[in-house]
Amino acid sequence: MDLDLLLNVLFATIRTGTPLLLIALGELVCEKSGVLNLGQEGMVLMGAVSGFIATVLTGSLLLGVIAGMMAGMLMSFLFGVLAITLVSNQVATGLALTIFGTGLSAFLGASYVGVGIEGITAWNLPFLSEIPLLGQVLFSQDPLVYLSWSIFALVYICFRSTRVGLTVRAVGENPEAANALGMSVFTVRYLAVLFGGAMAGLAGAYLSLAYTPLWSEGMSAGRGWIALALVVFASWKVQRVMLGAYLFGAASIMHLVLQGMGFEISPNILAMLPYVATILVLVVIASDAGRARLSAPLALGQPYRPQW
Amino acid sequence: MSFLMPLRIENRASDSQVMAVLSPLMAMILTLVTGAAVFASLGHAPGEALYTFFILPLSDVYGWTELGVKVAPLLLCAMGLMVCFKAKIWNIGAEGQFIIGALGGGYLALELAAFESAWALPLVLFFGASCGLAWAALAAFLKTRFAANEILTTIMLNYIALNLLLFAVHGPLKDPDGYSFPESALFSDFTMLPLISEDYRLNISVFFALAAVAIIWTLMARTFIGFQISVLGEDASAARFAGFKEKRLVWFSLLVCGALAGLAGVSEVSGPIGQLNPYVSPGYGYTAIIVVFLGRMHPLGMVGASMLLALTYMGGEMVQMDLSLPKSITGLFQGMLLFYLLACDFLIGYRFVARGHLTGASDGS
Repeated sequence: MDLDLLLNVLFATIRTGTPLLLIALGELVCEKSGVLNLGQEGMVLMGAVSGFIATVLTGSLLLGVIAGMMAGMLMSFLFGVLAITLVSNQVATGLALTIFGTGLSAFLGASYVGVGIEGITAWNLPFLSEIPLLGQVLFSQDPLVYLSWSIFALVYICFRSTRVGLTVRAVGENPEAANALGMSVFTVRYLAVLFGGAMAGLAGAYLSLAYTPLWSEGMSAGRGWIALALVVFASWKVQRVMLGAYLFGAASIMHLVLQGMGFEISPNILAMLPYVATILVLVVIASDAGRARLSAPLALGQPYRPQW
Repeated sequence: MSFLMPLRIENRASDSQVMAVLSPLMAMILTLVTGAAVFASLGHAPGEALYTFFILPLSDVYGWTELGVKVAPLLLCAMGLMVCFKAKIWNIGAEGQFIIGALGGGYLALELAAFESAWALPLVLFFGASCGLAWAALAAFLKTRFAANEILTTIMLNYIALNLLLFAVHGPLKDPDGYSFPESALFSDFTMLPLISEDYRLNISVFFALAAVAIIWTLMARTFIGFQISVLGEDASAARFAGFKEKRLVWFSLLVCGALAGLAGVSEVSGPIGQLNPYVSPGYGYTAIIVVFLGRMHPLGMVGASMLLALTYMGGEMVQMDLSLPKSITGLFQGMLLFYLLACDFLIGYRFVARGHLTGASDGS
């Protein structure tokens, strides 16, 4: 494999891994607070369609990104009302969110299929992008990639050494104890869920404004679900989420490598790779079940039912 | 604070059976009200639009037979999913099992194109159901052997199944005489399900669905394994304590679902579609999840729910034709229905009482 191809693959790996990184970071925070939101796929699609429509209507990419995040947050708020306030089953509610988001996004976006926009373009960071090889891969990306790194750093620091991170974890490990210590379980969980929604919406906007720039029905293609598996793969550790996201990014663009090396394989077969990889990862993780159980937040998926 | 909110929430002493039945009805009413608002916001008279969506599709015999065409696959998938959900096995894979059933059965139907025998159809159906079963077996294996989360594995298997189907209709199973369309040749008459009446598309798969309702109902209500499945879902530790073999129950539930969803899939391609194409399922496997919840996991409730959800498909097509709205409004209605249902279910375990009014239910706390 020649150097140019390798650099292209690394560059594309980061681009492909970015939406996964964003969704998984949001879901990680959400799960750390004890809430399992399976609605990622629906929120990503709503972020993608809202971001795209906002950009087409206003001509502003920034407004598109903001609209995408807002849409994700609105969706996650719906989830919060049901799963946190009305203590509904989190699995069923998350599935409902995905079904609803898939339907609503297809409905809203029906007249935008095939519309073209000028997508988000790369920003070559001064000085950094001139580093040989590395600059070309890391610092000639688009601004949302840099944003994803900033959010990653923020979440990492938050859980490593701040009171906020500690509070979120306390609520996710033992909500009764956290409540007894004066923390508001509801508030913390709502905020965590909203953060998850914002990240999923941002990932959606990334897909429809930067990655492909266009809208098509169901364009997230299961990324919301893959990100859920990533959080398990990362055993709820922030730094491993990034590693996992880029590994999956690499798996999803294997066809570039294979085509570059002259292999002829059906694109439909290659499209299965990330899904097969996800299953393999789940198998590898789960066969180390003891560790997975130790690292999962204790109260994950359990509604907190106060006595009113 | 009390003057701000005249009502307060109170835990019920025990779950309300009345609300368990009323909740789906409330969810339907709320969906209709919201649907009316959606239509109004799009500039259509809400009453007329709702009429177009929910009533017009069923205004003639043809409409009712078409309802049956859609009820059959939904109900087959939903009955299988119900067995899994009863055991709290979150199998989201009916869609993939449906597609693999269609693909496997369709493959055999194409192979048997020249086999002009009454055996051709049963073979095709059996093979399709077996393929669905095998696809579900993958998820069962991953769950029992590796404890891999079944929600994620079944969803991944759905995407893999869809890509397998796309691969097949773009490649090996593509009709050589079919120009460049990604679809197979038409199946021979010997591998097609008999129609109930020559004038309509309704075929005997609707009887498969009704048989599945009866069999699964008997299974869950009258047999020991059905009882074990229910106990496992209610309280897994009790099931383990009673010595029930959890892994065997996981296998059983998933295989039942896979076989039924596979049968639904093969019935679809050997029925209304008559060939393999990329669109064998309009999301029946996912919609069946809503059927299970809306039908309260009760066979009769699920028959009603499957009719309502089948109607949302027809309503979507109807408003597309008459009001030129996108057909995807179907998914919107389906999602709303499930959302409202989950919200209304809050009233099963809790109730609102006037402040200052004392009742006995929460005295224990």
